[in-house]
Amino acid sequence: MASWGEASQSRLIGKRIARLSGKDKVTGKAKYTYDINRPGMLYARILRSDVAHAAVMDIDLSQAEALPGVKAVIPLTEAGRNLRYQGQEIAAVAAETDDIAKDALRLIFVELEELPFVVTEADAMAENAPQIRDWEGNQSKPGINEQGNVQAAFEEAAVTVEATYHTPVQTHVCLETHGHVTEWTDDQNLTVWASTQAVFGVRNDFARRFEIPANQVRVITEHMGGGFGSKFGPGVEGHTAAQLSRITGLPVKLMLTRRAEHLVAGNRPSMTQHVKAGASSDGRLVAYDMRGYGTGGISSGAGFQAPYVYHVENRKTERFNVATNAGNQRAMRAPGHPQGAFAMDSLMDELAEKLGMNPLEFRRINDSSEVRQAQYTLGAQEIGWHRRNTVPGSGTGVKKRGMGVGSGQWGGGGGRGTQARVTINADGTVEAVTGTQDIGTGIRTAIAIIVAEEFGLAPTDISVKVGDSGPGLPSGGSGGSQTTASVAPVIKTAAMAAKQKLFEHVAPLLKAPVDDLRVGTGTIYVASDRTNTVTWNQAAGLLGQESISEGGNWDQELRQGGVAGTQFAEVEVDTQTGNVQVLKIVAVQDCGLAINRLTTESQINGGVVMGLGQTLLEERIMDPQTGRMLNANLEDYKVPGTYEIPEIKSIVFDTHRKVTGVGEPPCIPTLGAIANAVYNAIGVRIRELPITPDKVLTALAEKKA
Amino acid sequence: MSEKEKEEKKGTNISRRSFLKGVGTGTVAATVAPATILVGDPETAEAQTDEAISKSEIQLNINDQVVQIEVEARTTLLSVLRDGIDTQGNYVDLTGAKLICDKGECGGCTVLVDGKPVYACMMLAMDAQGKQITTVEGIANGDELHPVQDAFIQHDALMCGFCTPGFIVSSVALLNENKKPTLTEIKEGLSGNTCRCGTYPFIFDAVETASQKM
Ligand code: FES
Ligand code: FES
Repeated sequence: MASWGEASQSRLIGKRIARLSGKDKVTGKAKYTYDINRPGMLYARILRSDVAHAAVMDIDLSQAEALPGVKAVIPLTEAGRNLRYQGQEIAAVAAETDDIAKDALRLIFVELEELPFVVTEADAMAENAPQIRDWEGNQSKPGINEQGNVQAAFEEAAVTVEATYHTPVQTHVCLETHGHVTEWTDDQNLTVWASTQAVFGVRNDFARRFEIPANQVRVITEHMGGGFGSKFGPGVEGHTAAQLSRITGLPVKLMLTRRAEHLVAGNRPSMTQHVKAGASSDGRLVAYDMRGYGTGGISSGAGFQAPYVYHVENRKTERFNVATNAGNQRAMRAPGHPQGAFAMDSLMDELAEKLGMNPLEFRRINDSSEVRQAQYTLGAQEIGWHRRNTVPGSGTGVKKRGMGVGSGQWGGGGGRGTQARVTINADGTVEAVTGTQDIGTGIRTAIAIIVAEEFGLAPTDISVKVGDSGPGLPSGGSGGSQTTASVAPVIKTAAMAAKQKLFEHVAPLLKAPVDDLRVGTGTIYVASDRTNTVTWNQAAGLLGQESISEGGNWDQELRQGGVAGTQFAEVEVDTQTGNVQVLKIVAVQDCGLAINRLTTESQINGGVVMGLGQTLLEERIMDPQTGRMLNANLEDYKVPGTYEIPEIKSIVFDTHRKVTGVGEPPCIPTLGAIANAVYNAIGVRIRELPITPDKVLTALAEKKA
Repeated sequence: MSEKEKEEKKGTNISRRSFLKGVGTGTVAATVAPATILVGDPETAEAQTDEAISKSEIQLNINDQVVQIEVEARTTLLSVLRDGIDTQGNYVDLTGAKLICDKGECGGCTVLVDGKPVYACMMLAMDAQGKQITTVEGIANGDELHPVQDAFIQHDALMCGFCTPGFIVSSVALLNENKKPTLTEIKEGLSGNTCRCGTYPFIFDAVETASQKM
């Protein structure tokens, strides 16, 4: 049975290894979809609705078509249809240059009749609000769940807390916007460079859309500039590019503008929850009652986790979606978890305070995860938990410090569906091929490490080919932190099979049985006589005109889902400006078996930074008067920059020797940890994210009054 | 809309913006009679397209190579680098610098102009004439990487890598000015660059390591 072996036996797995794509990325040679330049390529742009809700009366493309340099103009809606959010597609243009495409958009005449709209949850739920989709009162039917006896439990509770927590809509802000370069080699064969998290998913989608066989669509994603859950399909923009390409017979590049990226390329839904919870005098969470909702724009999917992580026997939850005239939500890094964690971790602290308990102790009592119990101890040590204010807000001076803790959990155990091949050539070179994609997580390097470990080579000796559907070796989309756990077992078993084949060639030469052979560093030797050895290249040379090429299989035993994490934050709040500066985050993240410790640390850093952004900075601001997003750019929509970055101690917490994904979990506990630290610093609780200076100052003023 | 109406719209001075200002919107507007909105912008469009846009042939010095190219007055340096086709008909194809925000907000398009970091999305190609332009492709010395590039790889100061060219160029510019920056100075020097993957902690480490090697 395959296993990853003991840590002490690993030469590469679990070590800190530089990313294979590093050189291409630091020299500017790495080609993203955005960078693809094809001979004769056209540039396409999309004309979008600038209003939240309108009926299309008339579209006139003729003047745009007549502009010199314009090669095609197509409508993306038609008279009689409704546009239901700002940014929705109206028409598209392909032209010789991007500037001409821009000009042409201005020559498209569209007559719209504006319809009543709602862009905020409050407006959507207001009495007499216009109904904008098939939900009465713009609210989906609530999902209700009850376990235990909530009412009785509340009677038993020694303390109760009632509060409302809110997180706003956050957008993904992929730095490479969504987009494609499409090229038809003939009317049955399409090549697409796609900025995607799902090469094969995109391939199949294009095949369906254009009614051609899937094996006649080739999708290439050599490098891609961030997806975070928003890039699983071609979307309107992908289909439009291919359509324009088909009409013109030329390659077309269509990348979303920064503005469109905010408006239509997905977002994390908002969350509002009214929650009441009770705890017993010995610190057990006994009762939980939550009613909550969120908006995913015009679509549904605004779910969140509640309760979260901590166990509560008697609980009742009621959740629903609120429709607004805004772009669709899409999965965003740990969908539903960070919001839920912010509310739950805030609630836990509020209960602990009422009980007069240390919030960490209160968590320990209610957390059944042994892993997290160990993480609490380690994290508390690292941050210096004993230094926290026992009385919140008791620090002196203008700048007050505080500490907080938060928790998270995730699956990430991978799944079937990946095909891979590992090939050994007679010149000693090695190739590993599979149809997954490297979205910045470092799977390319992880594959090289696994193969190199198996063969006794260096990761740089392995040529890894991912991000291309051409070889016909499918793999799933990179979502749910599933990539490594899905791909690693297949690569590992393919490498094992290839090694076995090579041993069969080598055995006669070394005059030893196959099962007595082992790999050394760049060598193959006989275990019972270590002086009996050949170099890797000599061994491969025995293949002559042939090569070894083996597939792998999904081996359950090599992966495992279910990770626990906790984070501790220390902040400093300026009580005069309201500014919150995070000083330090300790992130203790269960990683199962980390294939590459270095890139795993990067993942944790990245999760923390995104969580920090969600806690302190990020918010999509909709104007209820005009129905427009007010901050659809990178200046007013704030993402963390260098000044916001605290000292981050990312701890790869080894738990077992099975592969697990960690792309998403590290962005979860950050919210509660920072929010609780802010409370610990100033003694007033902010229950609405992001915690911006105005909210801090208002809260402080209210406390005084 | 009728041809006549279109003609009239063209003739008026109503830009789309002022037109929209006059339109009642918001839930309040639910009771107001529906308004007609015109999405094209005839006025500006005409200004751009009525006369053939004039082009000029210029020479740029990019990574010690002369690039001969035809540009419009509005063509940015970034668009020459990324999308430009020179007078020989070849793509300039220096796609390391990225257009991320198009507004001087993210630093993804940073290049060196006479040694100083500049947002190439904010500089007109015409204004780059007679200057030494260095893009991320010109930072290494042939096959030998710049210490900043080595340090970025060593520290894994990149994930998706889309922001990386901008950070590399800004870091080189910073270290050219300040050989031994403190952490605060590193944050200040790179404050014009954004990374969504959140690689900042390792970027700071990388710049620090590079500063020791330079
Ligand atoms: S693209 Fe130039 S600063 Fe963002
Ligand atoms: S590495 Fe992805 S944006 Fe910086």
